[in-house]
Amino acid sequence: MELWRAAHASGEAPTDGAGCYSPIHGGSRIISQVHGQGVNSIRVRPFFVSGMPFDPSYRQLETMMKKTVLNESHRRSGARMVDFGGWEMPLHYGSQIEEHHAVRRDAGMFDVSHMCAVDVEGTDAGAFLRRLLANNVERLKIPGKALYSAMLNESGGVIDDLIVYYLDASRFRVVINAGTADKDLAWMRARLDDWQLTVSITPRREGAHALAMLAVQGPNARQRVWQVLPECRAASAALKPFFSTSVGDYFIASTGYTGEDGYEITLPAEQAESLWRRLSEAGVRPCGLGARDTLRLEAGMNLYGQDMDETVSPLDAGLAWTVDLVSERDFVGKAALLARPQQYQFLGLLLLDRGVLRAHQPVHTAYGAGEITSGSFSPTMQQSIALARLPLAVAIADTVQVAVRDKLLSAQVVKPCFVRNGNILV
Amino acid sequence: MNIPADRKYTSTHEWIRSEADGTISIGITGHAQELLGDLVFIELPEVGSELAAGQEAAVVESVKAAADVYAPLAGTIVDLNQAAVDAPETVNQDAYTVWLFRMRPAAASDIDTLLDAAAYQQIIDAA
Repeated sequence: MELWRAAHASGEAPTDGAGCYSPIHGGSRIISQVHGQGVNSIRVRPFFVSGMPFDPSYRQLETMMKKTVLNESHRRSGARMVDFGGWEMPLHYGSQIEEHHAVRRDAGMFDVSHMCAVDVEGTDAGAFLRRLLANNVERLKIPGKALYSAMLNESGGVIDDLIVYYLDASRFRVVINAGTADKDLAWMRARLDDWQLTVSITPRREGAHALAMLAVQGPNARQRVWQVLPECRAASAALKPFFSTSVGDYFIASTGYTGEDGYEITLPAEQAESLWRRLSEAGVRPCGLGARDTLRLEAGMNLYGQDMDETVSPLDAGLAWTVDLVSERDFVGKAALLARPQQYQFLGLLLLDRGVLRAHQPVHTAYGAGEITSGSFSPTMQQSIALARLPLAVAIADTVQVAVRDKLLSAQVVKPCFVRNGNILV
Repeated sequence: MNIPADRKYTSTHEWIRSEADGTISIGITGHAQELLGDLVFIELPEVGSELAAGQEAAVVESVKAAADVYAPLAGTIVDLNQAAVDAPETVNQDAYTVWLFRMRPAAASDIDTLLDAAAYQQIIDAA
């Protein structure tokens, strides 16, 4: 048996994609080590994910990887750890599918401390983010409100997707992806330099004031959080979707990456282990990033590095709703987006035949070629689903053909939100 | 993890059991299913296919990954386990009981060239 293709294990809120999988873990080298039988057993498969099955180089990498404060907790719970953008993170704790169901039916929690909270503060903080981001932070008028946005380069490609929390007129918190954090910070600081604004940019992932992040998600997530943190109940119960509040050391947001109710809790790193343990004792199931990926796929949420990257326009990745091309405001990438209108639509696929859809499989339509950007098996729907970039003339309910190995399989085009709050929508 | 001593193995994580009728049953090892995670799809070859040793015979896919299963020996596919296709998770539950396909080897003595349980154990330990 030879492992030859692995869907990305990623699944960060919003994401943790590109650049996660360092080229030193190339499939050919790994497979040749596994088989040890020479080149006739080697086939280069471009989607081989490091830390995935049969990766003997993983043990050598272990010492080089960064670890979140919950690393030991994960190991004690039997997690299978993988390399995620240079961070050693849990893929699952036994069964990815059972973890997936726990979030849809009850409550699960994810360690997302490898993502990077960045405090953007100063009198020009708002002006800086207005110019930096494709979505318009001027829409944030109520303290605590959150906004999802892409950060673009000058050619309109997506450097990262992120969430901005508005705390007050001079204080914002931006949460960026793990694998992209270094390039994001370099980009932000370079723009700050160019624009000569008075803003401080403070990443909070490492060092004396490091923060940890736990995502507690599922229909019973709120109740379980209140059970463990009764002091947070009043403030967090009042949160509408996509808001945040601070209670003592806890920063609690009604955001997530699963399509379920729940909170994302940011807290001082040294308190994370205790909260993780208490939530676990309250019946919240530890879930790995594998389940996070299938949950976000079912919810139709983009994964950076897979559904979009620096070469992809947000307009072609289903993110037009997050791009403000209406207001007078200028922002990085705006001119490029205006010069090059949308070329693809971003839709869902439901596999009608047996099999599993995966990223990069070609899609044949009556109106030209498309491509799957994310695909897997949906544990909730018990069939394979995918997100795909398709020609603009393709319509919902059309049947298309997907090239899977040596076969063409039929798939139906659907709206790219398959499951929400436990309900199948397609 | 117990590796049954009543059968042979390949370095590519297939197990091979000799049956009384001279055919061989092929499955994937416990180590392989554990690394792949929850299996959700199995594609088997056609009965009658003649395969060379090492040729792709089947595909198993988990939520996260896909893997080829190879013919361990040259031979002809003579039987398929449709129950495994219908319930791939049974491979996770009992990898050494749930066979995937059966072959009639072109040369029965080829089976002696495969790894025994101890040799396969060493391969896993070295990985």
